[in-house]
This record gives sequence, C-alpha cells and structure tokens, in this order.
Amino acid sequence: MWQQHLAILPILIPLFTALIQLLPWGNRPQPKRRAIGLAASLLTLTAAIFLLFEVRQQEMLIYQLGNWEAPFGIVLMVDKLSAMMMLITAILALPVLIYGCFSEDNLGSHFQALFQFQIMGIMGAFATGDIFNLFVFFEVLLISSYALLMHGGGKFRVRATLHYVLLNLLGSALFLIGIGTLYGVTGTLNMADMAGHIQQLDGDQAVLAKAGALVLLVVFGLKAAILPLHFWLPQAYSTTTGVVAALFAIMTKVGVYSIIRVYSLMFGPEANELALVAHDWLWVMGLLTMLAGSAGIMAARDLRLLVAYLVVISIGTMIAAFSFASTATTGAALFYLVHSTFITGALFLLADLMAYERGKTASRIVSGKKMANHSTYAIMFLLAAISIIGLPPLSGFISKLMILESATANSHSFVLWGAVLSATLVMLVSISRVGSKMIWHTLSGKPSEQSAPAGKRIAVALLLLLSLLMTVFASPIRDYTTEVAEQLDDVASYPMFVLGQQAETTP
Amino acid sequence: METLYSVTVGILTACSVFLILRGRSFPVVVGITMLSYAVNLFLFSTGRLTIDGAPILGTQESYADPLPQALVLTAIVIGFAMTAYSIILAVRARGEIGTDEVNDQNNSTEGKR
Repeated sequence: MWQQHLAILPILIPLFTALIQLLPWGNRPQPKRRAIGLAASLLTLTAAIFLLFEVRQQEMLIYQLGNWEAPFGIVLMVDKLSAMMMLITAILALPVLIYGCFSEDNLGSHFQALFQFQIMGIMGAFATGDIFNLFVFFEVLLISSYALLMHGGGKFRVRATLHYVLLNLLGSALFLIGIGTLYGVTGTLNMADMAGHIQQLDGDQAVLAKAGALVLLVVFGLKAAILPLHFWLPQAYSTTTGVVAALFAIMTKVGVYSIIRVYSLMFGPEANELALVAHDWLWVMGLLTMLAGSAGIMAARDLRLLVAYLVVISIGTMIAAFSFASTATTGAALFYLVHSTFITGALFLLADLMAYERGKTASRIVSGKKMANHSTYAIMFLLAAISIIGLPPLSGFISKLMILESATANSHSFVLWGAVLSATLVMLVSISRVGSKMIWHTLSGKPSEQSAPAGKRIAVALLLLLSLLMTVFASPIRDYTTEVAEQLDDVASYPMFVLGQQAETTP
Repeated sequence: METLYSVTVGILTACSVFLILRGRSFPVVVGITMLSYAVNLFLFSTGRLTIDGAPILGTQESYADPLPQALVLTAIVIGFAMTAYSIILAVRARGEIGTDEVNDQNNSTEGKR
C-alpha cells in the first residue's frame, strides 16, 4: 500500500516535520525540535534508500499527483538520477543536522524548521517531472536558503544574503521567461512530453525553443555557479555559518542536476535541430569555471573562502565532463558529484570547527594558537585534503581517474586532462599551504582552551567516513552511476513511462 | 493587439533592466518588481492572446488557454512574497551597514564609524 506513495515520501516527511517543529513546544522547545528533526532525517534517509532500490527494480517511478493524467497534471518522475540525488541529499542532511544540533541552531530562530523546508525543496526539485513544478520547488528551496543564509545575523551576512536574494530573484524571472518560451512553442510543461515535441520542431519554432533553452541555461548556471555567474558563491558560502554552508554543498548540485536533466532529456542528442544546444557552451564554461576556481583558491586568505572556491572547481569539472555527452563521462561525472558533495560538506564543517577552536585568528590562513583537539583536526584535514585534491587512495582519486579515463575516446580529451590535472596541482599547492600554516606552524605556548563539543567532531568524521566508504565500495557505486547515465541516454524510454502509465498508478 | 502587448512588455523589461543596474538597493528592488510584472505579462501571452474566449473547450468558437493563467497566478504569489522579503532585507542591510549602496567596501566602513 505505502510503496505506491514512496516517490512523494521524501517531500512529505520534511514538510510535515517542519510544520510540527513550528508548533510552540513549551519553555524549552529546542531539545524537542532537535529530536523531531533528527528522527525525521533518519526517516527521510530510509525512504530515500527504499526509493533507490525500488527505482533500480522498476527503472522509473511515476507518481501522478491527484491522479491527473500525465501531460495535463503534474507528475513526479523519479528515475535513477533523481533517486541517487535524493539519497545523497538525505545522507548529507543527517551529519549536518547532527552538527547543527550542538547549539548552532540557537543562533537564530527556527533553524530546525527552515532546515527541513530546505530539504523538502531540494527533494522536490529532484523528484518532479514537470518544468513549472521545478520552478516552484526552486522557489521553495530558495526562500528557505535566504533565511538560512542569514542565520546568525551580522553585517557581512546581511550583505551577502542581499546579493544572493537579488541575484536569485533575477534568476527566477529568467526561469519564468525560459519556461514561458518553451511552453509557447511546445504547448506542454511535462518534461518527457516536451522532449517529444522538441524533436519535431523546425524553422522559427526551433529558434524560439533554442532561445528558451539558453535562457534556462543561464538560470541553471546561476544556481550551479558556472563561470560568469559564480561571483555570488564565494561570498555567500564563506560568510554564512559552517552548518549552512555544509548543507549548501548540495545546493549547487541542484543546478548541476537541472542542467543534466534538461540538456540530456529535452535537448539531448535526439532533439534533431536542437540536439546538444547547450553542450558547446557547457564545455567552454566548465573549463573556465575550473580556471576561475583555481585562481580563487590561490588568492584565498581564508579557509572558508578557499573551500568555497573548491566548490567552484568541482562544479567546473562536472560540467566540463558532462559536456562530452557520452555515457561513460556522464557516469564518471555523477560519481564525482557524489564524492564532491560529501567532501565539500565535510570541509565546510571542519573549517568551522577549526575557526572556533583557533579563537582570534579564526579561519584566516595564518599561523595561530594550537587548537584544543589539534591532532584530531590534523588527521581529519589530511584525509579531507587527500580526498578533495584527488590523491590516491581516497574517492577523489578514483573519481578523477574515472573522468579522465572515460574522456579518452573524445578528441577534446587532452584539454580536459590538462585542465583537471592543473587544477589538481593548484589545489595541492594551496591546500598544502593551508595545512602548513594552520596545522603545522602553530605559535608556541598554551593550546587554545575553547574545545568544540565531541558530537560536532563525530558529525565531521561521519562525512569523512563517507569518502572512505566511497573508496571501498567504488565498484558498486560506479555500476550504479553507469546505469544512471545509460538511462539518461535512453531518452525514448521517458515518454513511454510518463505518458504510457495511466492505468496502474496511484488511486 | 500583439504589437501593443509586446511593446508594453519590452518597455517594462527595458526600464527594469535599467533600474537593476543601479548601484543602490532600493532602485534594484523596484527594478526587480517591475521585471516580475513584465515576466507575468509575458507568461500570460505564451498561451496566445484571444479576445472573448472562454477557457473551456467546446462552448465557443474561440477559446483561451487556461494554463498560462494558472502559471501567472503562481508566479504572482511567489513574486509577491519574494519582493516583500527583499524589501525587508534591503531595509535591514541599510540599518546594519549604514548605507544603501549595493556593493562598496569603503563607504560601508565609513558609515559604521
């Protein structure tokens, strides 16, 4: 009975949790809200795991909301890619929430509820099969992110948030223009149905649809922080609290997901006149994004800013790899996406912990006092650094190797090799500088007395453990990401599933 | 009618782009509000413009597409909420930073002193 509603559970659970958390819970509401939030996150995780197994069996789950038939009503379309993204969201959310429960949530009001609304928006964006519904879920996740970004207050945060909000309002307006153009040309909003209509376009109509597609690329590029649109990211991520920045590790991936979804399903190789409209742009912009990120980490004088630029580099790598439009590179890029989400999340939390224990020098990359738990952080930082740079043996190495190896079939591959490897070298140099300044060369004298709660360290350790697990279980995960890429290539199967299943779906 | 309509949308968009490129947060917020009006009108026109058409099939010769109208309603509600939030934020930024300038390092520290 409940299995048929599985597709919507990861959206409903956070929604109701947030509503319950908003209730007045007496004099000391925070412990109760925390307990509810943690339990709900576990529940979401369980649902996401079930969903992944179910999708692996049935290829795709279609959930017709209100039982309106597919091209007219809104459907949730959970394919293997969506299930994977929902699972990594749920996995990332748990350690981040644990970290947040150690009084990070007392810095502002309603952190717990906003956190759940944020998860709901992200899950919805991954699950939906309707492009206008995608816009709505984007707004849901954005409005919670506006509030979360402000969490804790302060002058710099307010300014960074103002920039972020204004940019995203502009992005939303462009999103509507893009959707409107595509609707005007194709007469549908269902992504699978639209893919079919786009294949039949020619002449003026095709040009209009191309304009719509490229407007959408600007919007998704803004969310994913691709080169000319990435300037908001370093400021926003480095000024906000560590726990919010760690959660936002998944936010840029929402943009990447939308790019993969729209430009492989609707404007993929089978779209005739509009085949691969965005891929040339993505290729160049991906490479330049990597370059901009590399320049950023070299110039960064603050660890949190450096981590923010690491996010930019990872986005560039993914986008450049995806632009090859081959099954193997897309699979490899997805593996890299999973790896980079967890590891950048861990790094943001670690930077926050180190900043707290260093006291006055905070996260600036200068020599400071010895931290209270110096050796623990040293080991954590070493692991995280090895993983994000891509040194053997951790998951970063495996994923970069997969990207480089899978690209060899293409004639552009030497450019990608050059870009990825030079970005790796720059990362190695910059992160080594951080390690030697902040961990190796400490000032003599007593270590700092401020010690972060052990639970926070455990939360970071959990995220780092994921990188280790990804190394150990690299083969099954790679098998899955390859399956995802194969399904994305099989564009014809989407309309079949979405439009052909009127009979046996929800009541 | 189509010409008049598209010219209106175009002028609204042009004005909003001009305002958004200003350096102070108040014109930017007004510009974004204006842009959302332009976008709403644009979205409305994606179902083609019809006069005297009921949004129901089979009742009349000409009919209107109801879907863009539903989309515009959603977009208006969301845009309204976002505008309210950005105004509150701009006011708070004005209070905390001490200036209305969107992007400046020097003036803001002077304002603080």
